[in-house]
Amino acid sequence: MNAVLRAAVTALVLVGAWQALVSVTGLPRYLLPGPLAVADAIQRQAPLLLSHGLTTLTEILAGLAAGVALGSASALALARFRTARRWLMPLLVVSQAIPVFALAPLLVLWLGYGMASKIAMAVLVIYFPVTTALFDGLRRTEPGWLDLARTMGASPAAILWTIRLPAALPAFWSGVRVAAAVAPIGAVIGEWVGSSSGLGYLMLHANARMQIDLLFAAVLVLGLFAVGLYAAVDALARRALPWQSDTQPAEDAIP
Amino acid sequence: MTPLSVTIEGARLTYGGVLLFSGLTLDLPAGRTTCLLGPSGVGKTTLLRILAGLAEPESPTMVRTGDGAPLAGRIAYMAQQDLLLPWMTVLENVLLGDRLRRSRPDAARVDRARVLLSDVGLSGREHERPAALSGGQRQRVALARTLMEDKPLVLMDEPFSALDALTRLRLQETAAGMLAGRTVLMVTHDPLEALRIGDRLHVMTGRPAAMGPALEPAGSVPRRVDDPGLLALQAELLRRLAE
Repeated sequence: MNAVLRAAVTALVLVGAWQALVSVTGLPRYLLPGPLAVADAIQRQAPLLLSHGLTTLTEILAGLAAGVALGSASALALARFRTARRWLMPLLVVSQAIPVFALAPLLVLWLGYGMASKIAMAVLVIYFPVTTALFDGLRRTEPGWLDLARTMGASPAAILWTIRLPAALPAFWSGVRVAAAVAPIGAVIGEWVGSSSGLGYLMLHANARMQIDLLFAAVLVLGLFAVGLYAAVDALARRALPWQSDTQPAEDAIP
Repeated sequence: MTPLSVTIEGARLTYGGVLLFSGLTLDLPAGRTTCLLGPSGVGKTTLLRILAGLAEPESPTMVRTGDGAPLAGRIAYMAQQDLLLPWMTVLENVLLGDRLRRSRPDAARVDRARVLLSDVGLSGREHERPAALSGGQRQRVALARTLMEDKPLVLMDEPFSALDALTRLRLQETAAGMLAGRTVLMVTHDPLEALRIGDRLHVMTGRPAAMGPALEPAGSVPRRVDDPGLLALQAELLRRLAE
């Protein structure tokens, strides 16, 4: 049986159990709607979900692009310049002690209710994992390669671009995978704090009106975005690193 | 290029407060292959790294060249690991030096790389990635990359020690042929390897270490493994190493 089929069966059993729980206990729809009710909400509210989903997706993608770009640039600067390491490294580490979500209200105050504050929020949560992943990768270059490059008369810049950066790409892509997983969280939290559109806004709105089926539908759409984004990033990473073979066997050997 | 002679004089090395050697001299005559043998931790790799510019020499260590010019930029280095970059093809790996010096290899350089690859028995594999090659083949690519640098002094740090016995013998033969006429310093653990491809052999032993007198086996390289004279010398070398 292939993996997709197995996942589908598991999901089906869980959804069945959910429907059974709702049918047996007769929980009211405003506490726990059954999967059928959620499906119904998705169908009825499709245009609404689509337009709010589009807002959130735009924020996630823009945040991801900007966060990855900023994080990569910082990691490269840190790896290349000793001065940057000495002056910025401590700040970078300490800045992570501040829970970035606490900054969300400030971002809304500064950047307004529109997309900018949500994108900024997503950038903030993405920036650190990307920077640390790439910087760690850049620091862990095989020492033999560096020796060889030095005997060949390579400049530090040439070593960075020709050897250290390609060697760090696997680490970089792990960072981007983490970033893809946290980007939706950043966008939705930004929307919770203050917005007039987006799935986060829709969730709060539906919750306040006891439209719990719509809330579930919004969560589902967000989940689909997250899974799709992760799969896309994973596929990109595999394409970008054809020389890196998976050492983890596709099928787990342990029964 | 005219072969270059290199001498390291008054070499001194302390490691963790322990004196490993001092006042050590090593001559690398022009156009000859000098092999440096010795037990682990005696400091022979450090000596090679000083010549390669990878280790800071301790005062009063002096490196002299036959033409008086500094050695920097005039060495090619080959290590125990092949150090091939896994994301580059075999051909790109051979041309790595050019790329690192930011000079785009012209048609002549690419042709030269192809010739070297065919000399080491890898023609037709230019566009494969290192992962597709066996350990011996990868080390052959490393040898081609070392010769591509075309430098007056070739420094080899146990270049074949990670290979199985048969592959090692074959590669020694290839290397001896291709390195002929160059100034080479090869550090090795393997007396037989030194006897097969070395023109001059030095044994470095003791603490602080002393450099033994040069042993110059008869005959031209690569010497045959079953040469009785060679086997007698191997016994002699093993005795010196054990001292």
